[in-house]
Amino acid sequence: MSKKDIILAGVGGQGILTIATIIGNAAAAAGVNLKQAEVHGMSQRGGDVQSNLRLSTEPIYSDLIQNGSADLIISMEPMEALRYVSCLNNCGWVVSSSVPYKNIPNYPDEQILKEEINTLPRVVTLDIEQIAKDGGTPKSANVVLLGMAARYIEILSTQELRDAIERVFAAKGKKVVDDNLRAFDMGLEAVTEE
Amino acid sequence: MMIERKLLLGDEAIALGAIHAGISGVYAYPGTPSTEITEFIQAYAPEVRSRWCTNEKTAMEAALGMSYAGKRAIVCMKHVGMNVAADAFVNSAITGVNGGVVVLAADDPSMHSSQNEQDSRFYGKFAMVPILEPSSQQEAYDMMLYAFELSENYRVPVLMRIVTRLAHSRAGVEVTLPQPQKALEVESDRTHWVLLPGNARRQYASLVAKQSDMLTSSEQSPYNKVVAKGEHCSLGVVACGIAYNYVMENAPETRGVAVLKISQYPLPENTIREFASKCDCLLIAEDGQPVVEEQVKALLGADYPLKGRLTGDLPRMGELTPDALDLALGGDVKNVPYMAQNVVSRPPALCQGCGHRDVYDALNRVIKEYPSARVFGDIGCYTLGALPPFRAIDSCVDMGASITMAKGAADAGLHPAIAVIGDSTFTHSGMTGLLDAVNDNSNITVIISDNLTTAMTGGQDSAGTNKFEAICRGLGVEPEHLHVVVPIPKNMEEITCIIRQEIEYEGVSVIIPRRECIQTLNRKLRQKRAGKDE
Repeated sequence: MSKKDIILAGVGGQGILTIATIIGNAAAAAGVNLKQAEVHGMSQRGGDVQSNLRLSTEPIYSDLIQNGSADLIISMEPMEALRYVSCLNNCGWVVSSSVPYKNIPNYPDEQILKEEINTLPRVVTLDIEQIAKDGGTPKSANVVLLGMAARYIEILSTQELRDAIERVFAAKGKKVVDDNLRAFDMGLEAVTEE
Repeated sequence: MMIERKLLLGDEAIALGAIHAGISGVYAYPGTPSTEITEFIQAYAPEVRSRWCTNEKTAMEAALGMSYAGKRAIVCMKHVGMNVAADAFVNSAITGVNGGVVVLAADDPSMHSSQNEQDSRFYGKFAMVPILEPSSQQEAYDMMLYAFELSENYRVPVLMRIVTRLAHSRAGVEVTLPQPQKALEVESDRTHWVLLPGNARRQYASLVAKQSDMLTSSEQSPYNKVVAKGEHCSLGVVACGIAYNYVMENAPETRGVAVLKISQYPLPENTIREFASKCDCLLIAEDGQPVVEEQVKALLGADYPLKGRLTGDLPRMGELTPDALDLALGGDVKNVPYMAQNVVSRPPALCQGCGHRDVYDALNRVIKEYPSARVFGDIGCYTLGALPPFRAIDSCVDMGASITMAKGAADAGLHPAIAVIGDSTFTHSGMTGLLDAVNDNSNITVIISDNLTTAMTGGQDSAGTNKFEAICRGLGVEPEHLHVVVPIPKNMEEITCIIRQEIEYEGVSVIIPRRECIQTLNRKLRQKRAGKDE
């Protein structure tokens, strides 16, 4: 049996549901079982949002991940990554954007936040917005993040994820597909280089 | 026969199940977490009548009319919508139905987007109709055809109850071939439908007489079954609806725990008695209020050991979780490896550029001059005006309560009494209250903050768009005390002036700040741009 319990985190409007859609599409094509609980409604107005994404070769019962059992946190925002670390199991990874999204007056001190994230034993943080901008795909920071996380998703191959990106963005035309594939590859390579 | 496997939200599985069951209409008012059902039907099945309704009561009645004419209809709403639809819903059980009617109530345990966590199963029991409670997306799809058949067999509406976690969670669903819509076959009997006391008594007797058949259906239901058993277990779990998933997640078979899955009501009493006789103790796992726990307690007697939300073995409030079930099944409290220190809450807020912001800016400027003023709010995006930086409203209770509470407070002598209500909420339940205020010449100032859409739920059509001035005049608001303004910063002087002037007027005034929702505006611009690219 092979399984992967993933928490996607971010702020309403940052595009975590697009990441979920791509992973979901890849899982469906690969015949991997999936349950993915999303947040709709009020929190989408700039509040904290998360999605519990469960992948398994066996049937999945619960739509929610138990505390202390998530394998991976993928977060569009560093403080939002920290919000869910209690869900991680003791060999779980955190893959996060390093760029704070400050839409609240009492956002924690950036330096202290950075230090706390770096105390986690298995963590990757990068400035995904800068990477996306440098690569000429400023709207695809979320797909850069997915690329960074790809090697930790394991149950789906990077090729399966790339194929899913092609299918998910196909309706928006070739340029959008190519931009997102490039964004994905930049994220993938940015982590390999470390 | 499976023809395809699709990745669907629970809401979408329900929608597709209903389409494939041959519905001719969906009637609904948007409300989280039920909105996506109607949106899916609108996008996927143009042959199904699907325009948004003014409120849940008009929706329920329209569905009953379609049923009267022999066709199948579904009514969708969030749990508190059941309160609005209740008059029509309860009486539709008395008239009975002709074409099948399924009422879908989406409950919101933990109040993710709601003001309470009432359990719609009470309404099903109250109206004496069958209730279905799917545990998974697949079951939600499969049950829809079953629900319509049940409705037509017993000639009563069937309530399907889901919770947020199922509504907004995606999973693979195997779908089958669709059924055709039913032909027009108008009811010919009048006595069923004219609920004068003589007829109503006869119809109620008929509903009471159907109860034993409904119970038999529950006892034999494919959705109520023992899924894990032993010769004799120290603990058995009655797992209702989605709670079944959280029980199964905790591997009950390895813990020697028996499981009875319940997804159809009335509660199958014999099945439960028999299950209980093979266990020393029962745990009732249900998401929402302890509806089943109370009934099982009455069924098995005070001596039978029962655990659940009432006993504290599961939390009394809030959404169930696999963690809560783990503990209730005897698991140990887990030590989680990491706990974060530097995390603060991030509440939702009104969007940058939203017209409601300018309305609250203006209102707050004027209110400063009136320390005794109170602002009665309502349900929608603009409820977020209660939070900093605005802190602009003093109440938010139910759809439409802004106007009527302002009226009552004004009657008591409060001045200024100001109501803030959105355009869609006004047509949902504000118009009748405004008529009360006009008839009583109440000293209130009503602000209908019109963003031309039902914004909170994602931008559905709003029933009163382009009609508000006419509606207010028609209800008797005097034209000189009815103002339309554009809420943008450069109009601040004009808007504050009008608010001040109308607070000073002794009677009903209505101010309509009107500017399109920034979200729907941006969506339209994006679509326009995409259209140009092609």
